[in-house]
Amino acid sequence: MQDYVIEVENLSASYRKTPVIEQIAFKVKPGTLTGIIGPNGAGKSTLIKTMLQLHPSLTGEVTFFGKHYKSVKKRIGYVPQRGSVDWDFPTTALDVVLMGLYGKIGLMKWPRKEHKRRAYEALEKMGMATYASRQISQLSGGQQQRVFLARALAQDADIYFMDEPLAGVDAATERAIMKILKELKEQRKTVMIVHHDLQTVAEYFDWVLLINRTVIAHGPTDKAFTKENIIKTYGGNLKWIKEVERRVVHSVQ
Amino acid sequence: MTYSAWIILTASLVGLSCGLIGVFLILRKMAMMADAISHTVLLGIVLAYIITRETSGVYMVIGGIFAGLLTAYLVQWLHSLEVQHDASMGIVFTTLFAIGVILIATSTGNAHLDVQHALMGEITFIPFNTVTIPGIGEMPKATFLLLIIFSVVSLFLLLFYKEWKITSFDPALAASLGIPVAFFHYLFMSLVSVTTVAAFDAVGAIMVVAMLITPPASAYLWTDRLSIMLLLSGTFGVLSAVLGYALAVWIDTSISGSMAFATGLIFIASFLFAPKHGLIAKYVRPTSN
Repeated sequence: MQDYVIEVENLSASYRKTPVIEQIAFKVKPGTLTGIIGPNGAGKSTLIKTMLQLHPSLTGEVTFFGKHYKSVKKRIGYVPQRGSVDWDFPTTALDVVLMGLYGKIGLMKWPRKEHKRRAYEALEKMGMATYASRQISQLSGGQQQRVFLARALAQDADIYFMDEPLAGVDAATERAIMKILKELKEQRKTVMIVHHDLQTVAEYFDWVLLINRTVIAHGPTDKAFTKENIIKTYGGNLKWIKEVERRVVHSVQ
Repeated sequence: MTYSAWIILTASLVGLSCGLIGVFLILRKMAMMADAISHTVLLGIVLAYIITRETSGVYMVIGGIFAGLLTAYLVQWLHSLEVQHDASMGIVFTTLFAIGVILIATSTGNAHLDVQHALMGEITFIPFNTVTIPGIGEMPKATFLLLIIFSVVSLFLLLFYKEWKITSFDPALAASLGIPVAFFHYLFMSLVSVTTVAAFDAVGAIMVVAMLITPPASAYLWTDRLSIMLLLSGTFGVLSAVLGYALAVWIDTSISGSMAFATGLIFIASFLFAPKHGLIAKYVRPTSN
């Protein structure tokens, strides 16, 4: 049994020559639920994208299960921000979930009944079975997020990266998603989630990664998620943090 | 077959191929790339002519693929150097097109190539330039080329149907699943280029753009299913060809101009009357969303 499933060392990346993340380093234990916390522009999404090689890294090394990303791709699931895709795309909820299985189906092959069944089961798990054949633009924000989560479940990965899955969703969806995340954790899967709402951090995550361009603090929530570290992460303005806490609608990054 | 039948068949094949490939152009938000490539293939065709001194189909298609990929690559490259995407497209395609125009004027002499032809096509003369296909008989060269291109485009769309879907909808997920997104981008650009080259000779750059963008945009108003959108788009392309020909005969005017105009008419009709996303449907069902 390995001690760490994710190891990041000295990771840096930039957008148009402006450094976004610098010398990020941390290690993640299996079966943990880590919240990635930081202000807007702190490089949370970039960190995930760089780890998954969706964004080029300048320096550093990332390993999963002690191996390079390429050789373990299929064991890693990624849930992009909901706003990153065009929800007017002519397709159904079931079809979007099915996309999570495209890697397993393989090039040039068409999805079989078995794949459709798995996709349907994933939708069922997210309480979305009745919406399977619904056009995706007709779903509410929360329902769209559930479809994204169902797609990740269908992938049946061992490590999941999720970019703000709780941003702008209704309370019922938030509960449904958290229930699934706890289940994943019980199955010893490792989940890292970009999260915005400071109020719920302690309740939702057992580990936190506080970042603002670089790692400010990383550790079990009860130890690392301290007032001091939060102030350090958000630039020292406590008043402003209170404002963040009160904010109901999340800004879309 | 009669003279008119060949013209309608040729234009219908243009409508069909462009209609199918255009769906993904629209869904990938690359409609203007059609405009760019439909102009830059001129450079490819001219270069192919200068090298081989022939205006045969095969060399033209190769030249077209080269020009299309060059366009796609240069646009991407300029964009990575912090030039806005639409601006880099404008810069690349006008420059490459201009080089093509200059080369036509200086290096091709009296060949069957001129700018007027490039923009408006010469569909009227298509039936006169024929080739004999074993087992089928005599048919216009342009029609034969389009038939091959249509088969190739359909084959690639079918083979990689789910890959086109996922790389259009969610390229980040596609990449994380190990699907080569960049490869499919350039493969797609190649398909757009070959379609354009084949259509270009028959109907000219302007009608290629009309056929690549307007039928799929119309189809998008009628349905929420990708497969149906593809079927409708192809149908609208064929319909535009037939309708446009009738219009041209009726008021005795440019054939490819009328066909391009017909795509616009179909779009307006769809925009108003399409049951899913048409203007009137929206007023009739104000509560749905």
